Amino acid sequence: MAPIKNIERKLPFRRKRVAVIGAGLTKFMSRAKETGRELAWEAAKMALDSAGMTLKDIETSTMGTAPDAFDGVHMKGEWLADGCGAFNKPYMRSYVGGGTGVFAPIQGWWHIASGMFDTCLVTCEEKMSSCKPHPQAAFNTIFDNMIERQLGPNLIWIFALEMNRYMHKHGITKEQIALVSVKNKKNAIDHPSAQLGKKITVEQVLKSPVLAWPVQLLDISPASDGAGSVILASEDVAYKYTDNPVWLDGVGWNLDTTYWTNRDLYYPEYVERAAKMAYNMAGIKDPKKEISFAEPYDPFDYKELHHMEGLQLCGKGEAAKLTEEGVTQRDGKMPICPSGGLLGVGNPISAAGLMKICELFWQLRGEAGKRQVPNASVGVAQAWGDLMQVGTVAVMRK
Amino acid sequence: MSAKKSETEKFMGTPLEKESFEDGSVILTEWEPKLWYSWSTGKVVGKFLSELKAGKIAAIKCDSCKRTLIPPRMFCEICFSELKDWVYVKDTGKVNTFVISKIATDRSPLKEPKIAAVIDIDGSDGGILHMLGEVNPDDVKIGMKVQAVWKSQYERRGEITDIKYFKPIGD
Repeated sequence: MAPIKNIERKLPFRRKRVAVIGAGLTKFMSRAKETGRELAWEAAKMALDSAGMTLKDIETSTMGTAPDAFDGVHMKGEWLADGCGAFNKPYMRSYVGGGTGVFAPIQGWWHIASGMFDTCLVTCEEKMSSCKPHPQAAFNTIFDNMIERQLGPNLIWIFALEMNRYMHKHGITKEQIALVSVKNKKNAIDHPSAQLGKKITVEQVLKSPVLAWPVQLLDISPASDGAGSVILASEDVAYKYTDNPVWLDGVGWNLDTTYWTNRDLYYPEYVERAAKMAYNMAGIKDPKKEISFAEPYDPFDYKELHHMEGLQLCGKGEAAKLTEEGVTQRDGKMPICPSGGLLGVGNPISAAGLMKICELFWQLRGEAGKRQVPNASVGVAQAWGDLMQVGTVAVMRK
Repeated sequence: MSAKKSETEKFMGTPLEKESFEDGSVILTEWEPKLWYSWSTGKVVGKFLSELKAGKIAAIKCDSCKRTLIPPRMFCEICFSELKDWVYVKDTGKVNTFVISKIATDRSPLKEPKIAAVIDIDGSDGGILHMLGEVNPDDVKIGMKVQAVWKSQYERRGEITDIKYFKPIGD
């Protein structure tokens, strides 16, 4: 296959620096009493309160939510808009599958960086419990309608196929991968929003029911209901609301082809491209040294390792070893998913990605409580999705 | 954590209890939309499917990228040129990666596991998703050589399932 040139992206305009000044996150749970719109409002209200703001201070609203099929409601973005504080405002919903939770704040970023707006409320909501018998079935239309769906695939297949290829290519074992699930579920014990924080062992992961080998039940994050919200502000107004802004200094996103069977799934090249775009923008030359902690997307345990490599936090095939050595623990040299990740906090698709942005915000402000990592100065959050093809990346610093 | 933070944790959401299913907190609507889709298969996939009906696997070449593409496509996503140069490739290949699935499309359990694989088709630069058969799940290996097992010419309908599955063929 012909090599694809890496494109260096330069922004032609003098962009404004974008701050994150508030965050709110509901508890993630298997079934919430609240409707989606109510969940969105709860997260947005908590974010506004945290910044001492009211809706009058907000100029524009962006939101992220996954397929309409989850809710059985057409035009979910419009349906949720009031809960996102969008009434009578310029409003935009985006959807790039699991990558949405980091893409929605990126969308907010360009609203502010371009100089168009000074404040933006970014909300991500997901309510997966409505869809029966299981929300997984709502994903089946992702497979090619002419040559794949006829084979009766399940969404978990694509993860199993990718995990198997990744393990094969680097000689990584399921024991090594299970360590990620053990670590993240343990980290989540300290998160007030967590659905599945608990102490488990590698053996429990390896003995959990096989769904689609090599994927077993405890390799996977749960389906959840939940919402998260952050407030972005331009450098011109940020200090009006807080003495302690966190800066969203780099954003990147990248999409590979839906011809997923034509790629070698062992490495997410699109995540590398998205990360390089974000690092370039944030002026980060050596992510291994300059990034102090990371929140890569971990809907499955192997994905954390896969994404650490895509994010250039280690070389290809090295993430499992770093995990074994304890480097990725909260008190290690490179804490990974100190929040507890999707495996521990839960996976309400788009809200899970935004949860990672919230975690960067709280860590960089020194407000992460028991989850606080030492010397947090620069963090990277990443989400992933579509047909194993999109990477969305945000770099934040204090 | 500051007092301000706890003030902002007022609206953390409310878990639904089992009893809630009887008191109006949950309503159930079953909806089976009466829709069906009649997809035109496009300028290229249709030919691929009609070749399957004839018992052949057809691929399409991109001369500028030096790729022989399967699934075939009308244009190259890399160089954006129109593709017209069809070639037949063999019905053999190698297992690129595989999954042993114990769940169906809707996540209900399967009685017998199904094995799906990405199969790199010999003579092409790509793979397709298909099933493996005539093999014990424990014996499937990445890199294993496989060959298509076709439905009879009377059963084939111009669909991907005209190939029943791929089976191992040894070295």
